[in-house]
Amino acid sequence: MTAIETVRKLAESDYKYGFVSDIESDFAPKGLSEDIVRFISAKKDEPEWLLNWRLDAFKHWLTLGNHEPTWARVKHPPIDFQDIHYYAAPKSKEKPKSLDEVDPELLRTYEKLGIPLQERAALAGVAVDAVFDSISVATTYKGKLKELGIIFCSMSEAVREHPDLVRKYLGSVVPVTDNFYATLNSAVFSDGSFVYVPKGVRCPMELSTYFRINAAETGQFERTLIVADEGAYVSYLEGCTAPKRDENQLHAAVVELVALEGAEIKYATVQNWYPGDANGKGGIYNFVTKRGACRGARSRISWTQVETGSAITWKYPSVILEGDDSVGEFYSVAVVNNFQQADTGTKMIHLGRNTRSTIISKGISAGRGQNTYRGLVRVNPKADNARNYTQCDSLLIGEKCGGHTVPYIEVRNRTGRVEHEATTSKISDDQLFYCRSRGLSTEDAVSVIVNGFCKEVLQKLPMEFAVEAQKLLGVSLEGAVG
Amino acid sequence: MSAPTSAMLEIRDLQAQVGNKVILKGLSLTVPAGEVHAIMGPNGSGKSTLAHVLAGREGYTVTGGQALFQGRDLLDMPPEQRARAGVFLAFQYPVEIPGVPNATFLKAAINAARRERGETELDAIEFLKRAKATLRKLKMDDSVLARALNVGFSGGEKKRNEIFQMAMLEPKLAILDETDSGLDIDALRIVSEGVNALRAADRSMLIITHYQRLLDYIVPDKVHVLSGGRIVKTGDKDLAVELERTGYAGLAA
Repeated sequence: MTAIETVRKLAESDYKYGFVSDIESDFAPKGLSEDIVRFISAKKDEPEWLLNWRLDAFKHWLTLGNHEPTWARVKHPPIDFQDIHYYAAPKSKEKPKSLDEVDPELLRTYEKLGIPLQERAALAGVAVDAVFDSISVATTYKGKLKELGIIFCSMSEAVREHPDLVRKYLGSVVPVTDNFYATLNSAVFSDGSFVYVPKGVRCPMELSTYFRINAAETGQFERTLIVADEGAYVSYLEGCTAPKRDENQLHAAVVELVALEGAEIKYATVQNWYPGDANGKGGIYNFVTKRGACRGARSRISWTQVETGSAITWKYPSVILEGDDSVGEFYSVAVVNNFQQADTGTKMIHLGRNTRSTIISKGISAGRGQNTYRGLVRVNPKADNARNYTQCDSLLIGEKCGGHTVPYIEVRNRTGRVEHEATTSKISDDQLFYCRSRGLSTEDAVSVIVNGFCKEVLQKLPMEFAVEAQKLLGVSLEGAVG
Repeated sequence: MSAPTSAMLEIRDLQAQVGNKVILKGLSLTVPAGEVHAIMGPNGSGKSTLAHVLAGREGYTVTGGQALFQGRDLLDMPPEQRARAGVFLAFQYPVEIPGVPNATFLKAAINAARRERGETELDAIEFLKRAKATLRKLKMDDSVLARALNVGFSGGEKKRNEIFQMAMLEPKLAILDETDSGLDIDALRIVSEGVNALRAADRSMLIITHYQRLLDYIVPDKVHVLSGGRIVKTGDKDLAVELERTGYAGLAA
């Protein structure tokens, strides 16, 4: 058996997290209409302004005429947007006041995923806002955060409790007209997280949210908004796994970050949604708009992502560098295996003076996976002395996969300096044999080599997440890489 | 019939080919425990093929014969099982693996063998203690532990790193494939000292080399001449000196 065959065999191992929890869902009827938008808004007791905001988005979406973006290097059958439930909530009459009141079935689900909520929260000091399908069911460590004036809650709660903040910043980074999926999200978003860190406050703990798509055929439309006021600091972690499904599930989230003067936001993602089976059947469509605005001088936003899941990933966490001396960073590992497709990268838009950005992208392709880095670095006329450094590395495993790099560079200021480096390599039989001749199994060898390849990105993750991400790469490599 | 248990390595009538090209044509060789044997031979005689076949490299087809390691059928084991059982190949061209620190790699290798033997894994502290002590013996700098595996290493550094790995993995059978190639005289001396320090009653070595000069430093118990895919002559260390004088021409089988 050749190394490649061995890898192919390993790649056929099952998705470890494929199971379905049987919490009953409270569905909206299938399809999208003004009535559905009103239904969602009513279900959540939203104020008029938000309903109107949704309706504006919906009206704009109608003008787009089902024309999904076509420029990404991904292929899928047309999505029937009328064949999707736009709202599903776990049944629960009263909102739980503590973990004791949370549906034990739900807690068991988290445990299967290796996310023991209480333990994790208690041991690691992590406040966890757990989003299950569309409704937040458990929020911890709120008290401690409250003392510091930090708001960390579900978007629904934020709309009720902090309407002025939400109204001021919602859609201010990703406008409702931004793109097809962002517009759709604006019309029907279900829930998500909201964070506000007041002036001069450093959030003392990593904030983390686990997302989970569960109910069958339910599109998930998360909406997350994080605002760091002047001089504030926050680090936010988002991790996901999803149960096994045959139907393709659409996920179109929007994440907006706002960093005011001197503020810093770090946003890390580990994404492990069901990628579909070895024949390319099933899996999540992950069409996400993530963008941060460095509004104030000397503000910083950094995106770190480890993307191993989803049948299709379409995602470009970006930074708009408005403030002078602001800094944007993007660190990414994207793994595709079998028939997975990823078109991911970033946009760094330099508007202010002395703005700096760094892009490190590591794409790993196995099986018949297709992995595209697509990135834009734009230096606008007023952005004197802007700097960008981009490094895109592709690692190929096997003969049938693809790695593609599509950099767009637009420099409209003579003082701008933009560097782009790219490499493509393969895991060679020599490397695999060398590892095996030292006692490592093929699986471990692949894991070691891939973790080495991704090292620069993995070390940007907070410690507890880095360990999880390494494990995840290992699991994906059992099912992904050789 | 020889008693297989007394030999560390016993190769009987080994035949192997790459594609349709027959390279080993009935090679027989016995290395008792604790002995160091050298294999010399001209280019293309099959020296590296022998090393690769013993370590389990893909791409070689064994068409006949046997290789027994402590009585076990070596050819039936995947490469990682051979390694865990105590077979070590010092590569002629050590492979680079970017981003993987030497220490991480070596610890994973040691623990793979320990798990196989049902022993507890070495923790980071114990590993570092051993690694640093070993590096001192080999006159190598601690900084090698944090460097990516063989990446940016000079030829000599790579070869020394192989010997470092060997010292840490404590194999029962070490196969050194042209470890002297690419080494200057100082590096050769240091590497040889490292190898000599690992000579032990329960460890055997098979030293594959083109030149006699390595054998000035690592004095073998036996020297075998490989030519045309067979061992054509066996002698003591003086055979190496003789070969250096007369060349391989007269020995072709």
